[in-house]
Amino acid sequence: MRIPCPLCGPRDRREFAYQGAAVMLDRPAPDAGDAAWDDYLHNRANPCGETRDLWFHEAGCGAWLVVTRDTATHEVTGAELAETVASS
Amino acid sequence: MGVSGGYSGFRVLKEGVFGQKGWKPVWRDPDPKPDYDIVIIGGGGHGLATAYYLAREHGLTNVAVLEKGYIGGGNVGRNTTIVRANYFLPGNSEFYSHSLKLWEGMEQELNYNVMHSQRGLINLFHSDGQRDAFARRGNAMVNQGDDAILLDREGVRAHLPYLDFDTARFPIYGGLYHPRGGTARHDAVAWGYARGADRRGVDLIQNCAVTGIDIEAGRVRGVQTTRGAIRARKVAIVTAGRSGQVAEMAGMRLPIESHVLQAFVTEGLKPVIDHVVSFGMGHFYISQSDKGGLVFGGDLDFYASYASRGNLPMAEHVMEAAMTLMPAIGKARVLRSWGGIMDMTPDGSPIIDKTETEGLFLDCGWCYGGFKAVPGSGFALAHLIATGRHHEPAAKFRLDRFRTGRGLMDEEGTGSQHNLH
Repeated sequence: MRIPCPLCGPRDRREFAYQGAAVMLDRPAPDAGDAAWDDYLHNRANPCGETRDLWFHEAGCGAWLVVTRDTATHEVTGAELAETVASS
Repeated sequence: MGVSGGYSGFRVLKEGVFGQKGWKPVWRDPDPKPDYDIVIIGGGGHGLATAYYLAREHGLTNVAVLEKGYIGGGNVGRNTTIVRANYFLPGNSEFYSHSLKLWEGMEQELNYNVMHSQRGLINLFHSDGQRDAFARRGNAMVNQGDDAILLDREGVRAHLPYLDFDTARFPIYGGLYHPRGGTARHDAVAWGYARGADRRGVDLIQNCAVTGIDIEAGRVRGVQTTRGAIRARKVAIVTAGRSGQVAEMAGMRLPIESHVLQAFVTEGLKPVIDHVVSFGMGHFYISQSDKGGLVFGGDLDFYASYASRGNLPMAEHVMEAAMTLMPAIGKARVLRSWGGIMDMTPDGSPIIDKTETEGLFLDCGWCYGGFKAVPGSGFALAHLIATGRHHEPAAKFRLDRFRTGRGLMDEEGTGSQHNLH
């Protein structure tokens, strides 16, 4: 599995640390209530197929990426900088 | 169990004399009826055990088990077959203790040889601090009524002389020995429960994928399947790594992420490894099957996956750990590897609970430890479905513990967050 880092180009999966579903970028407001926070912290769509998740280019440029890939085939179809996704 | 169709030494001799022609299929292959009291989604170990205990403990036999593939073709046939009760935290400790007791009576009860072998499990430790942690875990196991013996270095050497005790990074200080731990034949567990449930009148329906869950006014009414609609008063979701997709049919999002865990087996060798050996610091464990293959595995690949296969970096890591622990293994040739789909929860502990939909039950979140839990999980879920009350040893496996923060069971002490277990 190779991940196309927007800054470094395609790099071996071993350079990256996996965090989890990219919904972690959609942080609820502090006073959103425990149902919203429970959903944000724990509940997941857990798709079989295309997913978007967060990877940290630990042994590379140090950027956080949102990677689009297929959980059924391990095909990686794209990667964006998480800061771009979060601010859009 | 009646003699007809039962298994015994006499029967084996008799069939041998008459050319093995008397063996018949051990469960029926019925078409689904339009209506059942209880439908269990998932014909794996947990679903089959649930059906068996519904029939045996509660006399409920108007039950169907719906399996999208074939019986025993999911995780129950894709694991490394380890059976143990060495958990530390309240909630897990009493549950796995009960499950191990069910294992110990399983073959007699099912009249089925599941090749349960209590060959002993040894968890190695490599520092003074780790020794303290294992001593504490061992005390918790003994307090639970199970068995645990703290071995020093020479004690481990007496059992496992073939290990490398003096590696620079992880010299072996000792091990926690759990004599009642061991292995079983994984397929046979599924087959034994399938046969037991079928004989009591449960319908095991294969090649029947659930495509929808019917809910009216907050109450479950049945399921839609690839073999037609089936009405039911109660429905249980027992679908391990696929729990997310099935729960979505009921409008639920679960605290579960499905990950891949790899395992490996070598060519058959003469007996060399008598125990189950766990090298936690190297993310490695190993045992030898009765057929002679060395069966071993490591940690998760650590990314969400349904591929049932992993990537090479973790395979390399596992092989390195194997060579570190027992260099002799370098002479063995790996035959094959595979991956299972692990239903990982944030705290690494399972869920057996009701849902917000009346009559809909959930049994999932077994992470990478579902095999040894098969009898206990089936027993507890059957109890919950039949009585509406949680079975005491499994009473802490609540779905709402993540929302409330009460009753989290984080055995590793790493935190209740996805991707930490």
